Amino acid sequence: METTDIPLHLIVLIPLLGAAVNGLFGRRWSEHLIAGIGCAAAFLPFLLSVEAFMALRETGAEALRQPALFTWFASGSFKVEVGFTVDHLTSVFLLNVTGIGFLIHLYSVVYMQGDAGYFKFFAYLNLFLFSMLMLVMGENLLLMFVGWEGVGLCSYLLIGFWHHDNANADAGKKAFITNRIGDFGFLLGIFFIMYAQSEAGLPISLSFEALAADATRFSGYATVIGLCLFVGAAGKSAQMPLYVWLPDAMAGPTPVSALIHAATMVTAGIYMVARMNFIYVQSPEAMTVVACVGAFTALYAATMGFAQTDIKKVLAYSTVSQLGFMFVGVGVGAFGAGLFHVITHAFFKACLFLGSGSVIYALHHEQDIRRMGGLWKKMPITAWTFLLSTLAIAGFPLMSGFFSKDEIMWKAFATQNLLVPGWVLWLVLVLGAMCTAFYMVRVFCLTFLGTYRGGAGGHHDAHGHDDHGAHGAHGDIHESPALMTLPLIVLAALAVFGGLLGLPHWISHTNLFEHWLEPVFVAAKGLKFLDNTSLELGLMGVSVGLCSLSALLAYAMYNGTLQQTPARLAAQFQPVYTLIYNKYYFDEVLSFLVVRPTKGLARFCYRVVDDGLIDGLLVNGTAAVVNLSGRLTRLVTTGDVQRYATLLFVGLWALVAFWVAG
Amino acid sequence: METATNALPIISLVTFLPLVGGLLLMAIPRENEGLLKGLALAWSLVVFSLSLAIYTGFDPASAGYQFSENRAWVESLGIRYVVGIDGISLFLVLLTTFLTPLILLGSWHAIDKRVKEFLICFLVLETAMLGALVSLDLFLFYVFWELMLIPMYLLIGVWGGANRIAATLKFFLMTAVGSLLMLVALFYLYAARKGEAPSFLLADYLTLELTLKEQVYLFAAFALAFAIKVPMVPFHTWLPRAHTEAPTAGSVVLAGVLLKMGTYGFVRFAMPLFPDAARLAVPYIAALATIGIVYGALLALAQNDVKKLVAYSSVSHLGFVMLGVASLSIAGTEGAMLQMLNHGVSTGALFLLVGCVYERRHTRQMADYGGIAQVMPWFALLFMIVTLSSIGLPGTNGFVGEFLVLAGTFTADGDFDLRWHVAVAATGVVLGAFYMLWMFQRVMFGPLKNPKNKGLKDLDLREWVVLLPLVVLIFVMGIKPQFMLDRMEPSVKNYLEQATASRLPKSDAAGHARLQELELARVARKAHASAKAEVKR
Repeated sequence: METTDIPLHLIVLIPLLGAAVNGLFGRRWSEHLIAGIGCAAAFLPFLLSVEAFMALRETGAEALRQPALFTWFASGSFKVEVGFTVDHLTSVFLLNVTGIGFLIHLYSVVYMQGDAGYFKFFAYLNLFLFSMLMLVMGENLLLMFVGWEGVGLCSYLLIGFWHHDNANADAGKKAFITNRIGDFGFLLGIFFIMYAQSEAGLPISLSFEALAADATRFSGYATVIGLCLFVGAAGKSAQMPLYVWLPDAMAGPTPVSALIHAATMVTAGIYMVARMNFIYVQSPEAMTVVACVGAFTALYAATMGFAQTDIKKVLAYSTVSQLGFMFVGVGVGAFGAGLFHVITHAFFKACLFLGSGSVIYALHHEQDIRRMGGLWKKMPITAWTFLLSTLAIAGFPLMSGFFSKDEIMWKAFATQNLLVPGWVLWLVLVLGAMCTAFYMVRVFCLTFLGTYRGGAGGHHDAHGHDDHGAHGAHGDIHESPALMTLPLIVLAALAVFGGLLGLPHWISHTNLFEHWLEPVFVAAKGLKFLDNTSLELGLMGVSVGLCSLSALLAYAMYNGTLQQTPARLAAQFQPVYTLIYNKYYFDEVLSFLVVRPTKGLARFCYRVVDDGLIDGLLVNGTAAVVNLSGRLTRLVTTGDVQRYATLLFVGLWALVAFWVAG
Repeated sequence: METATNALPIISLVTFLPLVGGLLLMAIPRENEGLLKGLALAWSLVVFSLSLAIYTGFDPASAGYQFSENRAWVESLGIRYVVGIDGISLFLVLLTTFLTPLILLGSWHAIDKRVKEFLICFLVLETAMLGALVSLDLFLFYVFWELMLIPMYLLIGVWGGANRIAATLKFFLMTAVGSLLMLVALFYLYAARKGEAPSFLLADYLTLELTLKEQVYLFAAFALAFAIKVPMVPFHTWLPRAHTEAPTAGSVVLAGVLLKMGTYGFVRFAMPLFPDAARLAVPYIAALATIGIVYGALLALAQNDVKKLVAYSSVSHLGFVMLGVASLSIAGTEGAMLQMLNHGVSTGALFLLVGCVYERRHTRQMADYGGIAQVMPWFALLFMIVTLSSIGLPGTNGFVGEFLVLAGTFTADGDFDLRWHVAVAATGVVLGAFYMLWMFQRVMFGPLKNPKNKGLKDLDLREWVVLLPLVVLIFVMGIKPQFMLDRMEPSVKNYLEQATASRLPKSDAAGHARLQELELARVARKAHASAKAEVKR
C-alpha cells in the first residue's frame, strides 16, 4: 500500500477553488463564465476520479494513499492529520459524486439562467462537491465529519437559496438543525471510539486504517458506538424520526434536489455504516436497529407517496423510502447490496428529479401534478427518460432498480445476523416496493398521460423566484433545451443498464460490484445468510408479481378504466386518507412534542428562572439584604454615645446570659 | 522559572505603552478628534506590532515563563513586580493587543461624545488587561484585576445605552463582591507563610502546604471571583445587561478579553494554588459548566434583542471553556484555551457586526430587521461566516476548541466520570445551531418589509478593515490551529502537574482521608467499568 502519484487532494480542492472564485468574484461576471468555471470544477475531479479508479483496478491495490498534507490538530497523544485515501468503496462514491455532479452542473447551466444568484448557485454547488468529496475521501473519521457538516451547510444554503421567502429559509434551517441532532449522535460515537481506545491504554487514533486494523478492541462498545453513529446516519439519510427535513428540502432549486437530496448527500449515512462495517458486524443489536429503522422507514415513507400532489414531494418521500431499503441492506450485513442500491438509486432518482425539473421549467414553476397531464407528446425526451426511471425504481425486471432492490430483499430474508427474523423485514420491504410501484406509476400517469389540466393562462403565483426569461407565451409548452435533456438521457441509460454492474449470482458468476467492494468488507466475511437459490427466485417472483399488480392498478386508477376510484376511495376511507394526506401529522406531533416545549422552556428559563429566580431573588435579593442591613446599621450608628453605652450594656448581659445558660 | 533575561523589558513595554499613549492623548485638545482617534489607533497598532515580537521570540518548547522581569516594588511587604508569559497567557496577550486597534477603528463613528476620554479610557483598559495576564505576583495581579474594573465601568456608564446606570451598577457590584473575597483569601495566604520572608510571588505559593479545609475555603473565594467574571451560571445575570447597554467597543472587549480573565484566573491561580480543593470541586465546576452550556443556549433562544442573544450565547460558550478546565486533561485544557481565543474572535466579530447594522438603524430588535441579505450581500457573507464559526462548524475556529473540550473531557482519566456531562453539553451543539440560525434568519432572510431597511448601504472600507482580519483568523484558527496548540502544550502539561499534585500537609488526617475516599471510589468505578466491558465481550 504505497503512496500514489495521482494528486488525490486536487479532487477535493478543485471544487473548493471553483466555489471561492465564483463566490468572491462572480457577482459581476457573465453567466457563461460562471457556468464554465463551475462545470470545470466538477469535471476535472471527475477525470481524476476515473484515473484513481483505473489505478485501483490495474494495481489491484486495496487503496490509494497520499502522505498527510498537514496535521490539523494534535493534543497530548491525540492527533488528527489531513490526508486523503481512495479505497474501493470511496472510488465508487467518487465516480457517483463527480459523475452525476457534473451532469447536474450542466443541467443547472440552463435551469438557473436569469437567476440573480447565478454565481452564488454555482459557488454553492462547487462547495457542496468539495464537502461531499471530503466526506468520502478523508482518511479519518474526523475529516469525514468535516465533510459531513460541510454538506449539511451546503444543503442549508441551497434549500434556502431563495431566502427572501421565509418558507424556504425555514426549510433550510429545519434541515440544518435536524442534521445537527444527527451530528450530536455522530460526535458521541466518535467520543466512544476514543474512550474505548483510551480505556484500553491504546493511543487514540481515528484513521479508518487504524480503526479497521484492530476492530475487535471495540467489541465491548460496538453497540453503543454503532447506535450513536447511526443517529448521525439517520439524520443525514433522512430516516425515522429524523426524516422530517427532507420533504421540506424540496424548497430548493430542483437540480439541488437531484444532486444533494437524492443522488449523493442523503446516501452519506449508508456510506458511513458501510465504512464502519467492522463496528456494526460486532453488534447484532446495532445491526438490528439499523435494519428495522430502515425497513419501517421504507414502508412508512412509501405510503406517504400516495397522497402527495407536489411532484417533488412525491419524489422526496420516495427518496426517504428508498434510503430505508439501503439501510436494510447494510443493516442485515449485505453491505454490497445496500451500496449497489445507492448507486442505481442515484441514477434513476437523479433522472426523476431532473425530469420533474424539466417539467417544472416547461410549466413555469408549476409543481402540482393535478395541474399537469398530457405532457407525453410535448416533452418526449423528458417523458421517455422519466418512464424508464419509473420502471427502474418500481423494480421492473432487468432494469437497474430490479437487481439492486431484489438483492436487498433477498438478503433481508436470508440474513441470520439479526435479533429479528428476516422474513419480517422481507414482508415490510415487499409492501414498501408495492407502494413504490403504485405511487411512481401514479405520478407518471398524472404528469405525462391523459390531457393537460393546467389551462392556458396557467397559475403563476408560484413565480417570483426567477422568471426564466427565455420563455415566451405561457401556454406554449415544449421540450427543455439540450443541456437539460442530455443529462436526462445519460441518467436514463444508466438507470436501465446500470444493473449489469451487479448481476445476481443466478445470472452471472461474479457480481462485479460486490466483488469490487470485497476488500472493504473483510470484517463481514463471518456473517451468515441462507443459501437457497430456488427460494430466492421464488420470492423474487412473488415480489415482482405483487409490484406489477400494484403498478397496473395504479395505471388503471390514474389513466385507465378505474379513474373514479381514487376519489371514491378517498371519500370512503376519509380518516385514513386525511392521515396520509397530512403525512401522519408527524411534523405537527414533532412540533408539539419537541419544538414548542423547547421554545417554551427557553421562555420559562428566561422570564421565570433567570429574571425572576436568579437575578430577582438571588442577586437583587442579596443586594436587598445588604441594603436592609445597611439601613438597620444606620439606625444604631447614630453617634449618640448614650445609646452606644446602652447597647454595650445590653450586649454584655446577653453574652453573660448566653454563657451561663450554655 | 525564568528562562531568559532580555535586555529589553518587552512585556513591560507592551503592557504600559497603552497607558503612556493615554497620557499623551491628555495633552491634545479635545477639539482635534481626528488627531486623537488617529493617534490612539496608531498607538495601539504599535503595541500590537511589539506584541508580535513576543510571539516570534517565544520558545515553543519551553513550559516556563519567558521574557520574565522581576523587580522590587514594595520591598517591606514583599510585593514585587514580576511578569512573564507562558503558553497559557501568550495568545490571550496577543488577542488583547490584536482586538484593541480593531475596536478603536470599529467605534470610529459610533462614539461621538467625549471622544478623548473614551480613547484614554480604552488605552488604560488595555494596560490593565495586559497587566493582569502577565502578572506573576499575586498582589500585582490583584491591582491590575481591580484596575480593569474602572475603565470598564466608565465605558458602559458613560457611553452606554438608556439603562446603562442599572447595568453598570450590577456589573460593578457583582464583580467587586467576588474580588473582595479573593482579596481576603489573598491576605490569608500571605499570613499562612509563617516564618518566611514576606512574598506575594505566585511561585512561592505553588509549594505551600495547606490543609484541605483551608484549601476549600480559599479555593471557594478565588473561584467565586473568577466564576462571576466568566460568568458561570448562576453568577451571570450582570453579563446580558452589561452587554446590551455597553457601546460596541465595550461589548467587544468584554466578550473578547474580559470574560477570559475569569477562565484564565481558574487556570493560572485557583486550580494550581489549591490543587486538592480543585480536585474536589471538579464535579461542581463541571456541573455548573454543563448547566451553563444548555441554560445559556436556552436563554439565547428566548431573545428578541440581537445583543442579548449574543450575550447569552457567551454564557453557553464559556461553559465549554469551564468544562474543559474541569476535565484536568491535556486535550480538555487545550480545548478550553482554544475556546477562550475562539470565543474572543467569534463573539468579538459578532458584536462588531451587530454594531455595523446598529449604526445604520439604531435598533437591536430582530423584528426591525429581516431581508438584510438582499441589501447588504457582503455583510451577509461575513455575518454567515461568523455565525458558522460561533456554532462550531468544522473548518472554522469554533470546532477544534469545542471538539477538544468534549473529547478531552469524555476520555479524561480523572476522579470523576464526566461522560454524562459531555453528553448533555453536546446538546449545546444542536441548541447553538438553533438560536444562531434563527437569529440569522430573522435578521438577514425573509422579505425586506421594513422600508427603513431598503436603502441600507453595504460595508464600507473601514468596516471591511475591521472585520476582515477576524474572518481570516476564523479560518486560520480553524484549519491550522497547531501553531497555537504547539506553544500551549508544554505549559498546559506543566499546569496540569501543578493542578493535580497533592499539597496537603502530613498532619491533615481528615484531608488525607477525604482524598483517600476519592481514590477508592475512582478505583472501584474503573474496576466496575472494565468488568462491564468484559461481560459485553
